[in-house]
Amino acid sequence: MAGKPVLHYFDGRGRMESTRWLLAAAGIEFEEKFVTCPEDLEKLRKDGVLMFQQVPMVEMDGMKLVQSRAILNYIANKYNLYGKDTKERLLIDMYTEGMADLNELISSLIITPPDQKESKMNLIRDRTKNRYLPAFEKVLKGHGQDYLVGNKLSKADILLTELLYMVEEFDASLLANFTLLQALKTRISNLPNVKKFLQPGSQRKPPMTEEKLEEARKVFKF
Amino acid sequence: MLKFKLKEVKSGPILHYPECLAAGWGMLSAAVTIGDARATRQPDPPPPRRRQCSLQACRVQFDEEFLETKEQLQKLQDGEHLLFQQVPMVEIDGMKLVQTRSILHYIAEKHQLFGKDLKERTLIDMYVEGTLDLLEMLIMHPFLKPEDQPKEVVHMAQKAIIRYFPVFEKVLRGHGQNFLVGNQLSLADVILLQTILALEEKIPNILSTFPFLQEYTVKLSNIPTIKRFLEPGSKKKPPPDDVYVRTVYNIFMS
Repeated sequence: MAGKPVLHYFDGRGRMESTRWLLAAAGIEFEEKFVTCPEDLEKLRKDGVLMFQQVPMVEMDGMKLVQSRAILNYIANKYNLYGKDTKERLLIDMYTEGMADLNELISSLIITPPDQKESKMNLIRDRTKNRYLPAFEKVLKGHGQDYLVGNKLSKADILLTELLYMVEEFDASLLANFTLLQALKTRISNLPNVKKFLQPGSQRKPPMTEEKLEEARKVFKF
Repeated sequence: MLKFKLKEVKSGPILHYPECLAAGWGMLSAAVTIGDARATRQPDPPPPRRRQCSLQACRVQFDEEFLETKEQLQKLQDGEHLLFQQVPMVEIDGMKLVQTRSILHYIAEKHQLFGKDLKERTLIDMYVEGTLDLLEMLIMHPFLKPEDQPKEVVHMAQKAIIRYFPVFEKVLRGHGQNFLVGNQLSLADVILLQTILALEEKIPNILSTFPFLQEYTVKLSNIPTIKRFLEPGSKKKPPPDDVYVRTVYNIFMS
């Protein structure tokens, strides 16, 4: 019963990476069962463990959690990473939803057709520099605290750090003028659990490659 | 059709959204009563179209400020009212809420539409997220090329019938209750009802093989506040049409 959470997903970032970050930051050890071929996914479906026939799925506390946001919210609630009241939860939600939008935009680059890649990259640059990073920098500037909400580590700080690493991978120069965000990234990265997660050999997954994408296409048939 | 209502209502929430988009939503149509105690509560945040359900459910008075032009959106952006320069935005409790899911969760929490404990909350979350995947297809549908639209209707129907409805049919059959979770109305019921009604507009017999969902839909629709919301003259928006699509393009993509 009190076993480690088991993550069922493809061996790549995709829609499970944020969950890996959150569990790692909370200091929760987890196992992974990778879906590597269409048959693996079929088996999970036949076993009736996927509510909507989809992964991600996380087995924990006797439940089979699905839907990435529901999974993140459960973990955040359980490990006190979700603020202390409704208002703080609201702020955390708003910020993480904005982060999810940018995360998805950047993640979509690899499946963008070649003739649309350039305009997609420009859109990512524009949104990052002019919409999302300024919003979060402003929040930090406004209260001058070390964390986005309630002066305490929350899901929002962890997912923002994940996002900032993704932005850095895409184009490091985009972080240039956001000094408070850079400081937050450093601060969160230095937390012992996060530091460990950032080291080679951890369960953190590398960026998607064309090869991995082909593998994913076969498994998920897209 | 295009009404621009600007209201300075201190107590009531104000929704900022294009009316046509709201029209396209349809879903935000389930109004639910949560019981007398709630009926007397302070008004709650107006849900951007989608949330009209929950708001109405709580018998919350709300006003709407419809966007019709790009200039109006620009004004909101320049005035720094929009955290990520986007609508929907709901003004409530002295805050400017953005991001659909955040707004939904806030309202749900304030009005006891989110279960009684973490387990119920998580179940509601999973059901809502799954339903929103289906709802998303409906939202995007009017913006597809006309030649792709019929095909997509078939695709949505398949997804509904094969992937989503069986889950909820099984849940309802399993406990025999009138609501999906915890024997009381929750956000999950509101969003599902909304989705079912919107799908029925395109595919009238979509529930034909789901007897429990049929009964469920009828029961929920008869809850007084929801019933009122489903009647003509309410704030529920009609299905999307060409004017709707054009207005959205003008505001957001010109």
